[in-house]
Amino acid sequence: MAITAKFRTCPSTGLKVHDQAEKLIKANAVAAVVFLAVGGLFGLMVALTRWPAVHLLPADWFYLVLTAHGLDILLVWIIFFEMAVLYFASAILLNSRLAAPKAAWTAFGMMLIGAIMTNVAVLQGNSSVMFTSYVPMKAEPHFYLGLLLFAVGALIGCFVFFGTLVVAKNEKTYQGSIPLVTFGALTAAIIAVFTIASGAIILVPTLLWSLGIISHIDSLLYKTIWWAMGHSSQQINVSAHVAVWYCIIGMVLGARTLSEKVSRMAFLMYILFLQLASAHHMLVEPGISSEWKIFNTSYAMYLAVLGSMIHGMTIPGSIEAEQRAKGYTNGLFEWLRKAPWGNPAFAGMFLSLILFGFLGGISGVVMGTEQLNLIMHNTLYVPGHFHGTVAAGTTLAFMSITYLLIPLIFRREIMFKKLAQLQPYCFALGVAGISLFMMGAGTLGISRRHWDITFADSILSFEVPGTAFLMLGLNGIFAILAALGGLIYVIVVVGSVFFGRRIGDNEKVMDVPATAAVTQYGSAHTVSIPGTVVLVAVFFTAFVLYYFVNWKYLAEVWPLR
Amino acid sequence: MAITPPTVRIWWKEPIAKVELIWIVIAFIWGLVMFFMMIYWHGAGQQNLSNEAYKTTPEQYAAKANAVVEAHKVRDEAGYPVVHPPAGSDVYLIARLWQWWPILELEKGQTYRVHMSSMDWQHGFSLQPTNINISVHPGYDMVVTMTPDQAGEFGIVCNEFCGIGHHMMIGKIYVVE
Repeated sequence: MAITAKFRTCPSTGLKVHDQAEKLIKANAVAAVVFLAVGGLFGLMVALTRWPAVHLLPADWFYLVLTAHGLDILLVWIIFFEMAVLYFASAILLNSRLAAPKAAWTAFGMMLIGAIMTNVAVLQGNSSVMFTSYVPMKAEPHFYLGLLLFAVGALIGCFVFFGTLVVAKNEKTYQGSIPLVTFGALTAAIIAVFTIASGAIILVPTLLWSLGIISHIDSLLYKTIWWAMGHSSQQINVSAHVAVWYCIIGMVLGARTLSEKVSRMAFLMYILFLQLASAHHMLVEPGISSEWKIFNTSYAMYLAVLGSMIHGMTIPGSIEAEQRAKGYTNGLFEWLRKAPWGNPAFAGMFLSLILFGFLGGISGVVMGTEQLNLIMHNTLYVPGHFHGTVAAGTTLAFMSITYLLIPLIFRREIMFKKLAQLQPYCFALGVAGISLFMMGAGTLGISRRHWDITFADSILSFEVPGTAFLMLGLNGIFAILAALGGLIYVIVVVGSVFFGRRIGDNEKVMDVPATAAVTQYGSAHTVSIPGTVVLVAVFFTAFVLYYFVNWKYLAEVWPLR
Repeated sequence: MAITPPTVRIWWKEPIAKVELIWIVIAFIWGLVMFFMMIYWHGAGQQNLSNEAYKTTPEQYAAKANAVVEAHKVRDEAGYPVVHPPAGSDVYLIARLWQWWPILELEKGQTYRVHMSSMDWQHGFSLQPTNINISVHPGYDMVVTMTPDQAGEFGIVCNEFCGIGHHMMIGKIYVVE
């Protein structure tokens, strides 16, 4: 078979870069950033409407914009960027050509058309059904059709990724096993296949129902299968952004993981158990047995949580080991103090790790506990949790790696360097506030997806606690900060990609630490990591305390059985 | 390093560092604690959601709710009947666009079998300020056995998005001594 793939050799990493892979990464990343900008603006409008003193939008626009915000951020921005990550982790990291570039372009086209179609449906005003589109509330047919097109496009992208792994193996473009980052991306792609299949199983009948061909869809059945897509797609994010964390510490610091075996096993646990999390959304539904809820909501005894807790130690541990090897050995935390905090890729990555663990991770496990869900289900606690995972975790991780992709893949110098340095801090502070204050309001019982907590137009009324107004006000202020961080990101990316100084073919832009073996791993060679042990101990203490505090809250509500 | 193939070809035979192993064991045990905590609470805790639910239709369910309202209505308030059912009885709450119907008047410390179902779309029963949140579906009659342990006026907020009037969907439960 004649293969006419065009390659260049990257002067910074020595990797061979297939030009089609490079173009596809660029296209997917640019599409992602466009939808991030649009969806982020919608998000700001949502937060400003929920701020009672501002109350920006009228009710119909609020529900419309909230639907669009969920779709554009949770689905479109993230999955477009994940396509870029998949192509990068396969073709680029393995020195390989991308399998079937034409299929990859078809995938890109379908995703773009699908995303635009669904956005148009929402903006036309008759599909304000929220991201979840629970039946029997009905959207226009092209709302569902757009989602399906987008999902099938993403599925094709996953198969291009799998194909590239096969090509690289057959053409022996690498030695031994695939890199850890590629392994993490593989995890994400496998979960994606399960996710998209679930999406198709439920969205195809829903499309037919909206066209009038099917007369009835059971609301409980819809919810169960829809969340096999809805929640699993967030598990793609977890796998992908953990892979991105490993990638950033590898490229910026040259850090290797403490143990390949442990890190890969942790990824494997995601594949085996994360899909069960559909149950997180079914804990207060009628007619589902507690046995089913307990087994599924805990990912079979918290084995997927175990995976995340392992990464939570190995990633800071890898950084510490590498920094100590470089000579930052004073005290517990010199390695952390002397880390490259001025490099937005590293700063963003580390903030993403901390916020994902402390805000998104702990709250997710607590909320996903069968009985505890009773005092949280569908309150603002839920978006508080997932802004900790998806905004502070995934989005910030993806923003961070962009600062490496621009010089290496787009081959442009980053513009506005000072702004870029500030960006991860600004965004992280903003989303941390959003996450915390929404969780605070949720604990006070404030409902999510709700236009007016004063219930001014309602016949019967009810007064919410005054603190809730404060929480929503603070949420609004921090949303402005997060939006500012997002705006800086878009300005830096668009500026650099279109107007940044071109980087020459042989110009080395970054000192990616030598790719040769640094040291051995295994217990005999592992540098001790006391600082990480302290960090992990703090995390664990916070986790245990917060978990039991919530049981105490639960014990105070009306007895139920 | 993480972006290159493992430097040791047979990486799966490398020993695991002690500090990692200890953390894996602690995290695994913590997972078991959290798992068994849910089971423990089914026995020892007072707040467990019932698994009792029946298939129904909006018509059947509305008929049952109307019968209870007719039998136990004590007064009207803002166009809503206020129902004071006997302790221990079956109480029916209707969720529909955009109201919780009727208003309930319960006695503190008594136990009631509260049924919930929707006449149309999905709704969310969110009892405030005590903060109990339960999903309500059309076609399913869910039974929650509740024992109000505080007297006062409670609001039922709808916390599942149900269209343009969602934020006006407020219901009421009075708990009297």
